Amino acid sequence: MNAIEVTGLRKSYGQVHAVRGIDLSIATGEIFALLGPNGAGKTTTVEILEGFRRRDSGDVRVLGFDPHNEGRAGREWRNRIGIVLQSTSDSGDLTVFETIDHFSGYYSNPRNVEEVINSVGLDEKASSLIRKLSGGQRRRLDVALGIIGNPELLFLDEPTTGFDPEARRSFWALIEKLRGNGTTILLTTHYLDEAEALADRVGVINNGQIIEISTPAELGGRSTAQALVTWRDGDAMKSEATDNPTSLVKKLTAQFDGEIPELTVTRPSLEDIYLTMIGISRE
Amino acid sequence: MNKIPNAITLGIRRGGLEIRQFARQRESVVFTLLFPVILLIIFGSVFKDTIAPGVTFSQYFVAGMIASGLVNTGFQALAITIPLERDFGALKRLRGTPMPASSYFIGKAILVSVSMVIQILMLLGFGLIFFGLEIPTDINKWITFTWLLLLGSACSTSLGIAFSIVPKSGRGASAVVSPIVIILQFFSGVFLIFTQLPPWMQQIAAIFPLKWLTQGMRSVFLPDSFAGQEVAKSWENGRTFTILIVWLVIGIFFSVRKFKWDRD
Repeated sequence: MNAIEVTGLRKSYGQVHAVRGIDLSIATGEIFALLGPNGAGKTTTVEILEGFRRRDSGDVRVLGFDPHNEGRAGREWRNRIGIVLQSTSDSGDLTVFETIDHFSGYYSNPRNVEEVINSVGLDEKASSLIRKLSGGQRRRLDVALGIIGNPELLFLDEPTTGFDPEARRSFWALIEKLRGNGTTILLTTHYLDEAEALADRVGVINNGQIIEISTPAELGGRSTAQALVTWRDGDAMKSEATDNPTSLVKKLTAQFDGEIPELTVTRPSLEDIYLTMIGISRE
Repeated sequence: MNKIPNAITLGIRRGGLEIRQFARQRESVVFTLLFPVILLIIFGSVFKDTIAPGVTFSQYFVAGMIASGLVNTGFQALAITIPLERDFGALKRLRGTPMPASSYFIGKAILVSVSMVIQILMLLGFGLIFFGLEIPTDINKWITFTWLLLLGSACSTSLGIAFSIVPKSGRGASAVVSPIVIILQFFSGVFLIFTQLPPWMQQIAAIFPLKWLTQGMRSVFLPDSFAGQEVAKSWENGRTFTILIVWLVIGIFFSVRKFKWDRD
């Protein structure tokens, strides 16, 4: 059974059509990244799946339940799900340990509190008041509260916003660990490298519709896209797009009899592909 | 697979957490707990008149402050802090966990009860020591006092939770809620003697629970001879009971049906 199954999802706010017919299947154990610019419909989609918003039409199943009717299976359903919202800031008068320990009491099979604090790298801050944490540390606390219940399915809405590069790397390692446990993860992110590093598949959403769903390597025909070879020929920079960069480089090697001046061979990055897809050119 | 903890257990745990959080916010501790005592000191020191045989204004005032203490620790505190929690996103996060709404409400009720008891003890203590408050000896008066406290705090808590949907933002909540409470205190005979207010004020006040709580507390702390000085020439405790029950039902209805976990 798929962890998430969405067909024909629609949602409007007055005249604004935030989500215009989305189909999506996410397999159990999969890490899926939803990419898209602000206002594309990412958060609306995710919040419908989380049971926070009502949809106008379409069919939604999350862990086999309709989140809209979760009133019936509500607590059992919530017990299997972890949610990291986009922005949360508590009044901050509790310590990190107190907060995580308290939340662990909401679930039937919580993870060990110290272990969770350790896995988000907050060991040294365990007895600090939340209001004394930095932005990135607060975000890690959010993540800790999302995973304390040992969820089967984890929603992460832009989890690493405000992280420094090192914290992002250790967060990625944490996600890899969760993958090892078989946790299904639906991630929204602005960071293309994050999607590339973590996701089994990515879906690009724009104007309330899914443009493409693919693996990061194949998105937008990336794996079959032409490579761009550039080099210096006398005073001029030359470049050539080609399906066979190796032959071209071989030819150039013969031509220059050895080193090719300022040679580069590039393929479009995920970011290049993504920006083309959502209609923004690099220049 | 273990079972999910039940709503009451979680409610009690939330109560403990709420108290711990509250105790660490010094400004709100001072404001909610000490403010009525400060008012008692000010009013008790200024108005030293006897308003009826054997009844001083400060005695009249203590009864009123205990009643409005229920409004401060319940209605006012909750209607101001819940919109703040909603703005922070803390409520939405709770909504995403298996914790049921009822546990959240139980936690708030525990917080209100604890701060209410502390506040009443302080008011009674100050009233006793400095303002010649007489503690009733009749067991029936204590029975009245007990049901007034229970019903009054339940009413105040549920209306505070219900009213938390009204302020648009956490920052503006205090500006919406505080004037309502202060006006009600004036209209209900907390700061001023009720029978000396113009009839239209009395009639508006009679719609809301504070007037009845105040009158009920007078029936506990003032001699029965004073009942003749009330508007209806009696304490009307039966009517107080009914009106508090009606407001409690209204409060619970809106808390359960209309509570907002999210900003938008």
